Amino acid sequence: MSHRFRYAAFVLVVLSAAKASAQAAPQPPDAQALRSAIDDLKKDFEARLSALEMRLAAIEGGQQPPPAQPLPPPPAPIQPPAAADLSAPPPQASAAGGGSKVFNPDMAVIGDFLGTAGRVHTDPANNITPNPAFEMHESEASFQAVVDPYARADFFISFGEEGVNLEEGFVTLTSLPGGLLTKVGKMRAAFGKVNSLHNHVLPWADRPLVINNLVGGEDGIDDAGVSVAKLIPNPWLFLEATGQVFRGDSGSPESPLYQTSQRGQLSYVAHVRGYQDISESTNLDVGASWSRGYNATGLQQNIDDFTTRLIGFDATLRWKPLRRSIYHSFVGRSEVIWSSREQPNGLQSGMGYYVSGDYQFARRWFGGIRFDGSDRAYDSTLHDSGGSAILTYWPSEFSQVRGQYRRTAYAIGPAANEFLFQFQFSIGAHGAHPF
Amino acid sequence: MNRKLLIWTLGSMLAAGSARAQPKLNVITTTEDLAAIAREVGGDRVTVESIARGYQDPHFVEAKPSFILKLQKADLLIVVGRELEIGWLPPLVQQSRNGKIQPNAEGYLDASLGAQILEIPTGTITRAMGDVHPLGNPHYWMDPENGKRIAKEIADAFDRQRPGNKAFFDQRLSDFTTRLDAAEKKWLALMAPYKGTKVVTYHRSFPNFAERFGLEIVGYVEPRPGIPPTPQHTLDLITEMKRQNVKVMLIEPYFDLKTPTAIGRETGARVLVMPPSVGGVKETSDYFALFDYNINLLVDALKK
Repeated sequence: MSHRFRYAAFVLVVLSAAKASAQAAPQPPDAQALRSAIDDLKKDFEARLSALEMRLAAIEGGQQPPPAQPLPPPPAPIQPPAAADLSAPPPQASAAGGGSKVFNPDMAVIGDFLGTAGRVHTDPANNITPNPAFEMHESEASFQAVVDPYARADFFISFGEEGVNLEEGFVTLTSLPGGLLTKVGKMRAAFGKVNSLHNHVLPWADRPLVINNLVGGEDGIDDAGVSVAKLIPNPWLFLEATGQVFRGDSGSPESPLYQTSQRGQLSYVAHVRGYQDISESTNLDVGASWSRGYNATGLQQNIDDFTTRLIGFDATLRWKPLRRSIYHSFVGRSEVIWSSREQPNGLQSGMGYYVSGDYQFARRWFGGIRFDGSDRAYDSTLHDSGGSAILTYWPSEFSQVRGQYRRTAYAIGPAANEFLFQFQFSIGAHGAHPF
Repeated sequence: MNRKLLIWTLGSMLAAGSARAQPKLNVITTTEDLAAIAREVGGDRVTVESIARGYQDPHFVEAKPSFILKLQKADLLIVVGRELEIGWLPPLVQQSRNGKIQPNAEGYLDASLGAQILEIPTGTITRAMGDVHPLGNPHYWMDPENGKRIAKEIADAFDRQRPGNKAFFDQRLSDFTTRLDAAEKKWLALMAPYKGTKVVTYHRSFPNFAERFGLEIVGYVEPRPGIPPTPQHTLDLITEMKRQNVKVMLIEPYFDLKTPTAIGRETGARVLVMPPSVGGVKETSDYFALFDYNINLLVDALKK
């Protein structure tokens, strides 16, 4: 087969060369142009031929040509210089390889190592579990792929040193009519900003006090349910409304939030997000959130219909000059959250906030500062407040070293001064950068 | 008579209406280079907008929600591919609520499919090599031959989307190709005296350009793709540049000039800020101007 091609190529080239020389004689000024045209033709033909030969060789070898890597050049007498570089089409799925491997999801693991130094006053009334000196805080495995023409799936499984937690596992329907973006599964709820972010994309080594005290701690509102988001068309800004319904179990053991005791005790989250570009380099992102669910404080007295309501506002100002976007940027962010919780001893209405700023002052260096304060959800007369200074270094896009000095004035006992050291590293598929 | 006129008028209005019935094809590209080529092919029957600006690093674009709004209304999304946009495009496309432009759908075009791709890694690759692109170097538009191939892919996609305008797009494609052929001849002639000139670039943005126009890239300011310069690598590069007598450095506009300038001072090499994209500097307003500007910049520097 390949011989026939080569023969055909030879004949064609000879014929066209003969034709060219015949025409070239009476019209010398055109000769150069013709010759180069023939050369182009020849090159093109040779390239195609060689591509065909490569494909043939692959088929004869009984294997699919690995799309990401060029095959060794075939033993062809005509070897155009460009042939080895001729591109094969990129693989249709995430990974190259034979058989069904091609459909394997994009996989990655992100390690989060946390070290803590300094003393925390461990008054039992404080209800604080101090970090250990060293901890492999989280190893998050992600599996992401397209399911079919209508959906994609994302799984994030977080391994602690002991125990595994399905942090998120959901399917996203990408092309529903009416512009609805629908997710079904377990997911971090769209309440404010920080609740929806995974640990490894936070600008800090910890989560702010307001999240720990009022919004369920590190796990936050993270539950099984359905989420529907719709863009609200308007001529001025990006406006998105999200409504979510969950089973009604959220929060972490140290910071319980919602707990359901009946099938009908669902929890709800509603979120409206507005975004506007102020200039090419500056933009503003604001949101309002509401959530409601049942809490477990009355269960001992056989009261199972105490509810907790949360209201939150968030604002993020980002600055990134496009011409120097890899060297300088600034993100300023704040969230204010109110909680009202029905308890056997009456309604507890607490409030908390954080304000933070992160400035990238070199390609790999970020400096940040954060102030936060919050009442405790179960007793709003208790108020914690704190401040942090953070320095982050990126050896590459795939690892990150962070130091954080944190001073916390807990409601009970003396202030805690701690130094947190975080080392994060990622292997596997290249994930998208958070925004 | 009047009635005939009325019918004729109505008829011609209807005919005009049906010819205009198809609205302009709404095309979003990830980079300004693809936008420039899409405009050449699409003329006034398409609207084209790019997400990234030519003067920003195309690897690091922010996934701003305002881009979601643009993608939501797109008929066709044209991407550079080869994982150039992997850090920012997937979340935008997922949130676009637009089934047409999801990867591998009808309105999603990977412009690299027909192009000649260099530096496709062979053997085992790891991130110890830096931020390598496993599918090859994505800066392939810096070769006018690839420009023609990209234009062909785009014209085919336009034809599929608007079969009624096929003749129009094909005509514009052939016109673009002819003009680019002529321009390429001129550029090659300008660069011919400097064939084999050794250069250093910051990032691996210019392999296709170098191969087409006969430059030899002997080193990079970055020690590895995506890793900023280190003192040891800079010293090694200076030694190498002196040994090989490299007199020109090509630096993309979005990189810091401090290290390149210091290397230039040490070696006597000239630092040229060379845009790898349409819109990289204000003179590079379209695909032709991109090469005009860069070739003139190089020739001016090499003449001295």
